[in-house]
Amino acid sequence: MAEQALTASGYIKHHLQNLTFGKIPEGYEHAGSWGFAHSAQEAKDMGFMAIHVDTMFWSILLGVIFLFIFRKAAKYATEGVPGGLQNFVEWVVEFIDSSVRGSFTAKNPIVAPMALTLFIWILLMNLMDLVPVDWLPQLAGLTGSALFGVDPHHVYFRVVPTTDPNATFGMSLAVFALTLFYGIKIKGIGGFMAELTMQPFESKSMVGKILFLPINFFLEFVGLISKPISLSLRLFGNLYAGEMIFILIALLFSSGIGLGIFAGMLQWAWAVFHILIVMLQAFIFMTLAVVYMEMAHHAH
Amino acid sequence: MNINLTLIGQSITFGLFVWFCMKYVWPPITGALEARRKQIADGLAAAERGQHEQELAEKRAAEHIKEAKGQASDIVAQAQKRASEIIEEAKNDAKTEAERIVTGANAEIEQEVNRAREQLRQEVVSLAIAGAEKVLKREVDKEAHASALNDLATQL
Repeated sequence: MAEQALTASGYIKHHLQNLTFGKIPEGYEHAGSWGFAHSAQEAKDMGFMAIHVDTMFWSILLGVIFLFIFRKAAKYATEGVPGGLQNFVEWVVEFIDSSVRGSFTAKNPIVAPMALTLFIWILLMNLMDLVPVDWLPQLAGLTGSALFGVDPHHVYFRVVPTTDPNATFGMSLAVFALTLFYGIKIKGIGGFMAELTMQPFESKSMVGKILFLPINFFLEFVGLISKPISLSLRLFGNLYAGEMIFILIALLFSSGIGLGIFAGMLQWAWAVFHILIVMLQAFIFMTLAVVYMEMAHHAH
Repeated sequence: MNINLTLIGQSITFGLFVWFCMKYVWPPITGALEARRKQIADGLAAAERGQHEQELAEKRAAEHIKEAKGQASDIVAQAQKRASEIIEEAKNDAKTEAERIVTGANAEIEQEVNRAREQLRQEVVSLAIAGAEKVLKREVDKEAHASALNDLATQL
């Protein structure tokens, strides 16, 4: 709550705005050149040809941290007595491996590593939610004003990539693409299309088949499309709501000593509860991705 | 909340991470796990084998001991038998030796007796002759009656 003149809604909106880099649209300063958006409206007007620098930065940083640590453990992995890091990594890998085995029966070397990447990466991104909501944005604001002379008010910074629908949709669409790829690869185009059009209403006769085709296709297509959407929206919704509650609690800090202390307690309690959500959502995303892969591998 | 290039960027990032994980993280770790599992299984199997071998060795040792005991008692029995045989032999030897000695002594005694008898006879003869001489000194001619006296001596 450093911004003195900020209203509560302005504070919240500021927190929910990504640091957007793109082609500055008409009607703004430096229109036509590439640069950071200075307001939410400007970011919106940039359209599709823009990128959320904060989301990309944090997700790539966390992913690299994850892969660095796991790669280090994998490089020095020994079949003898494992060290502390290897022990931990093996524990995680075995956990992922056993839950993948539980729901995925076909043989595909991509599924287990995909599940591991999804779980740890999403977990790390979710955990950024536990960093007090103002720390990193304030730091970014100070850095922006000190190094680039920008009004800190206009430096937007969101530190939880999974509260950006771009991130969650990016992952779920990649998983969706994998399921489509393996579905077509294993069942063939014909089998894949048959799955889309020949069920749930089945008929023995040709006429019946053709008659049922549109309704079958409609139902199955909705089912197919709903998978990546529900997968990403579930994660996004949970984390977005969690972050929103942290922001609302943070608003209380400016309302006097008593409410401030109360807010501190609330924040602690919500953070503890949020650890559960963070873990759970990462696990659900991973499990559902594995289940979708399993469905792609088996005709039903 | 705008959907933009970040979507594609995230998909690509995710793909790269999965690829890296699949290539460089997952196989070594699961490989190490598998190798350790195998090592432990091998160790357990070796332990079991060792135990089994030990049991066998114990059984073999017990058999050896039993055999040795049997042999030892055989040897003792043989030795006892031999000892009694030796004693028996010695007894027999002693008996024959004693008999021999006894026979020898008997023969010697007989000889002695014979000799004494012979001597006695001679002496009796000479005594008789001497007595007869004394008696006949006067009446009998030594030469004339010699044959008669000799007959007498042989009859003695």
